[in-house]
Amino acid sequence: MHAGGFAPSGLFYKSSRIFEAGVRNNSVIGWLLAAPLSLVLVVFLVVPIAMIVVVSFWGATEWSIYPAFQFDNYAFLLTSDVTYRVFFNTLKYAAITWGFTLLIGFTVAYYLAFHIRSLTWQIALFLLCTIPFLTSNIIRMISWIPFLGRNGIANSTLISMGVIDEPVEWLLFSDFSVILAFVHLYTLFMVVPIFNTMMRIDKSLIEAAADAGATGWQTLWHVIVPLTKPGIMIGTIFVVALVMGDFITVRFMSGSQSANMGRLIQNDIALLQYPSASATAVILLATVLILIGTLLRFVDIRKEL
Amino acid sequence: MDQKLDLELIGLTKRYGDTVAVDMISYHFSAGTYACLLGPSGCGKSSTLRMIAGHESVSDGAVTLAGRDISHLPPAKRGTAMMFQNYALFPHLNVRDNVSFSFKMAGVDLATRYRQADAMLELVDMTELADRLPSQLSGGQQQRAALARALITKPDVLLLDEPLSALDPFLRVRMRAELKKLQRELGITFVHVTHGQDEALALADEIVVMNDAKIEQAGQTRNVFDAPATAFVARFLGSHNVVSMPDGMVAVRSDALQLTSTEAAKLPGTITNIEYQGTHVALTAAVPGEQEVTALLSDKDFFGNPKELGEAIGLNWEAEAAHALAQ
Repeated sequence: MHAGGFAPSGLFYKSSRIFEAGVRNNSVIGWLLAAPLSLVLVVFLVVPIAMIVVVSFWGATEWSIYPAFQFDNYAFLLTSDVTYRVFFNTLKYAAITWGFTLLIGFTVAYYLAFHIRSLTWQIALFLLCTIPFLTSNIIRMISWIPFLGRNGIANSTLISMGVIDEPVEWLLFSDFSVILAFVHLYTLFMVVPIFNTMMRIDKSLIEAAADAGATGWQTLWHVIVPLTKPGIMIGTIFVVALVMGDFITVRFMSGSQSANMGRLIQNDIALLQYPSASATAVILLATVLILIGTLLRFVDIRKEL
Repeated sequence: MDQKLDLELIGLTKRYGDTVAVDMISYHFSAGTYACLLGPSGCGKSSTLRMIAGHESVSDGAVTLAGRDISHLPPAKRGTAMMFQNYALFPHLNVRDNVSFSFKMAGVDLATRYRQADAMLELVDMTELADRLPSQLSGGQQQRAALARALITKPDVLLLDEPLSALDPFLRVRMRAELKKLQRELGITFVHVTHGQDEALALADEIVVMNDAKIEQAGQTRNVFDAPATAFVARFLGSHNVVSMPDGMVAVRSDALQLTSTEAAKLPGTITNIEYQGTHVALTAAVPGEQEVTALLSDKDFFGNPKELGEAIGLNWEAEAAHALAQ
């Protein structure tokens, strides 16, 4: 017993050396494995954003752009009344769209996850939700125009039903139509992550809640909503990022009568004012990042990924 | 314990479309009994428990508690509480909030419900872990938290759905001792679903053996074990040999078999396997009619007169050790 005591320590010494070598090898392999993705991200994400940041400090005249390091673009943006109004408008679109997509998305996901019993039907109905997405964004958006127009289907139906006497003007080319299109376009981005999270909720938790005397609404509020939070958060990030960055929906559906940050950037680009466009883009990016960063402080979405 | 709190199943039936999961079962659980529903998977024992709990609708028949028909009441109004197979603790709530969940639903104020929860946690020896989340607990601790949550509503009947199956074998033995102790202390009826016969024998005052949606045999645990009525019960409870004899099938306990000379024996046989089990030796022999029987001999008996594989032996038993079986 005593004599054998040396052997394990020797073995241990040896194995720890092998272990160290293994760590060194592993770190090389680790870097190699991470390299392709890092390269892609550097080329297609880091470099373009860095360029935008650099250009945002450049100067511009009516006919030229010149490299510089000056704060003129930011100074102009941040002192202009237009910026704040457009910025507020962008946030308003994002907030209202978020509210509606969350409400509709949660309801749809809840129905799919808890009321449809068989997995086959769940998948079938889920795929049904995605069918509109086989057509392009623009087409789906534009198809609202004949529906909502002055002499469109909505107005003529309402008139023939006797609900209204003359066409409603605010249906099209208004905040209403912009938000309607946003909700239509982006609700699925809310449905998918929420549905995904809900499918992981153990059904016996709902029975346990019933056993504890919880009503349907109490189960929803105290069990399902808290457990669905990560999905809600992921959906929120999708919707907020998409709405904040959008310019084409706002342009088409408002008939160029409303603006958001995206439209501001688009205008600048059309006028070849790249430095000013870059500065706006940087501010927009910072806002969205701060928003998402704040959201992530509240919910840990890591366990969902 | 109040005699009035008896739980009774009357012609209880569960149908899913054309399949019958539970077929007209009737049984009377006296108040304060530790009862086990025992059977292979798919025998209807879980459906029965879930019908008592109210998580499964009753197709036919009734469940009564204290003479009151509870078949169609919501789970929380029945006077029963259920402990789920995977405990079903709310993962977003800590142990104390899990335990006091039902009080929160009832609108009890925070101080009162925490006081009650802490008292319950003390009962299951979990006071120090009250602030942990379920994911930070071991299997045994989760089980205790689930027990505390089920017991806080002061149920008359506690329903346990395979409560020990998620634990490792060592912990299983320990937790079952705690379950039994808790039941003795509280004096309420426990109905425990399991497919493990050792668990049922160790815990139950009464066992209900189910097979194929029906009750195969039920009664005091010892009575059922000592006198299995059917071949199924004898096989499922284990430690029994089911042997076809000229005058019908009989069940004989393995430890009731004795070795004798081939001439004097009720059954002659050839040894096919010898298994040393520490305190006992299990000796398997092939007997006429292509059957196998196992004799459990104490190690003293066996090693006092050792046998070899392939040796011819005679098996004998006392007349009262054999129980005629229904089929």
